[in-house]
Amino acid sequence: MKPASFDYHRPQTLEAALGLLAHYGDKAKPIAGGQSLGPMLNMRLARPEHLIDLNDLVELDFIRVSEGALEIGAMTRHQRVATAPEVRRAHPLLAAAASTIGHYAIRQRGTLGGSLVHADPAAQMPLIAVLGGAKIVVRGLSGQREIDAVDFFRSVMTVDIRHGEMVTSVRFPHLPANSGWAFELFSRRRGDFAIVAVAVTLLLDRDHRLASLEMAFGGVGSVPLRLDVSAVAEAGAIPTEKWIAGVSAFAAQSISPEDTASIPAVFRREVAASLMEKTLAAALARARGETA
Amino acid sequence: MSDARLISLTVNGETREAMVEPRKLLADVLREDFGLTGTHVGCEHGVCGACTVLIDDQPARACLTYAVQMEGHEITTIESVGGIGLSPLQQAMHEEHGLQCGFCTPGIVMTFEAFLRDTPDPTEEEVRDVLSGNLCRCTGYQNIVAAVMKAAAAMREVRS
Repeated sequence: MKPASFDYHRPQTLEAALGLLAHYGDKAKPIAGGQSLGPMLNMRLARPEHLIDLNDLVELDFIRVSEGALEIGAMTRHQRVATAPEVRRAHPLLAAAASTIGHYAIRQRGTLGGSLVHADPAAQMPLIAVLGGAKIVVRGLSGQREIDAVDFFRSVMTVDIRHGEMVTSVRFPHLPANSGWAFELFSRRRGDFAIVAVAVTLLLDRDHRLASLEMAFGGVGSVPLRLDVSAVAEAGAIPTEKWIAGVSAFAAQSISPEDTASIPAVFRREVAASLMEKTLAAALARARGETA
Repeated sequence: MSDARLISLTVNGETREAMVEPRKLLADVLREDFGLTGTHVGCEHGVCGACTVLIDDQPARACLTYAVQMEGHEITTIESVGGIGLSPLQQAMHEEHGLQCGFCTPGIVMTFEAFLRDTPDPTEEEVRDVLSGNLCRCTGYQNIVAAVMKAAAAMREVRS
């Protein structure tokens, strides 16, 4: 499997990259780590006439912690997101999810921005961005936009990027210091895209009663799905095992997976329920200080 | 059709040149233009790990990289591992029967030469997680895990 012929461009500045994107339009594809686009090129599922290599744009490889937000450049590799001490402090859920992307060698090349624009419905970074209310920062020659992650993902591998724009960074609000959080995924082989992925963040009050709860699924629809749990998870609830089972059953009932060639919808829903139980239990254990 | 261009790459510390089309995979340039056939080509879409080389000292798939992208970067292939004899990792793979047909072995060795350099005292669980990125159809993996753990211990011994 070899890609169709393309012209190769290697801009040295963001401005030059945006100029090339604006000039070539739909005939061009930017390439970041190439861990998703590479296979698509090799299998000729993508046949751009121009490949614009972003790997020299070192200004897009950064991690910045400011008050309230963690900003990560689009060209930051997954391995750095997974292991950087500042990410593990400000957003341990993001670091934990990044450490499960693909395989070790894939994480050395794959980038945060690449994963977001590729927008596989089961991928880790879109899920965490949607759950945590991240802002996606995109730039074109005419200026910058910030898009709520929940609006950025439109459908399977389809995002709100206009002609000549590219993602330059992502702003993740910090997780509160005493948050309970957990990420789990189920796949048949390690490193595969998830059949179902789950992320949870929650806060408990001093009496270990529920103060807030956010949960989201990946892999169950065309985009990551943040759930409205207000009906079953009221503030003040005592999160017992029975409560976990009830919330998980509700969560699994509130999704509408479709039958696919290899995964029946009923199976995906069962996986969603059991994975949510496991994830909620892990997040609660963290919030109670029982695990790190 | 994009014309071939002259590129200059640093491979195992040596500068080498080739006339290549931009679409030519790094794996194919290593094998066909440079005669470095130790890098194997399996799936050509990043799954099997057979073509793993080091780019600037980190493991990466040579089938998901176009050679033209690698100007200015350092490529390290299996041909550079060991010297007169085998590296500690290669020796442990030999002793623990970590290979049979050997097709996947260069990719596994390159992956773990880098991993053990950065993680000298790994848990077996960590080794299994990293090994998940390399497919082997002969060994059932148990012997590879044993070899990597043995190599890690041997390399710690040398360092101390």
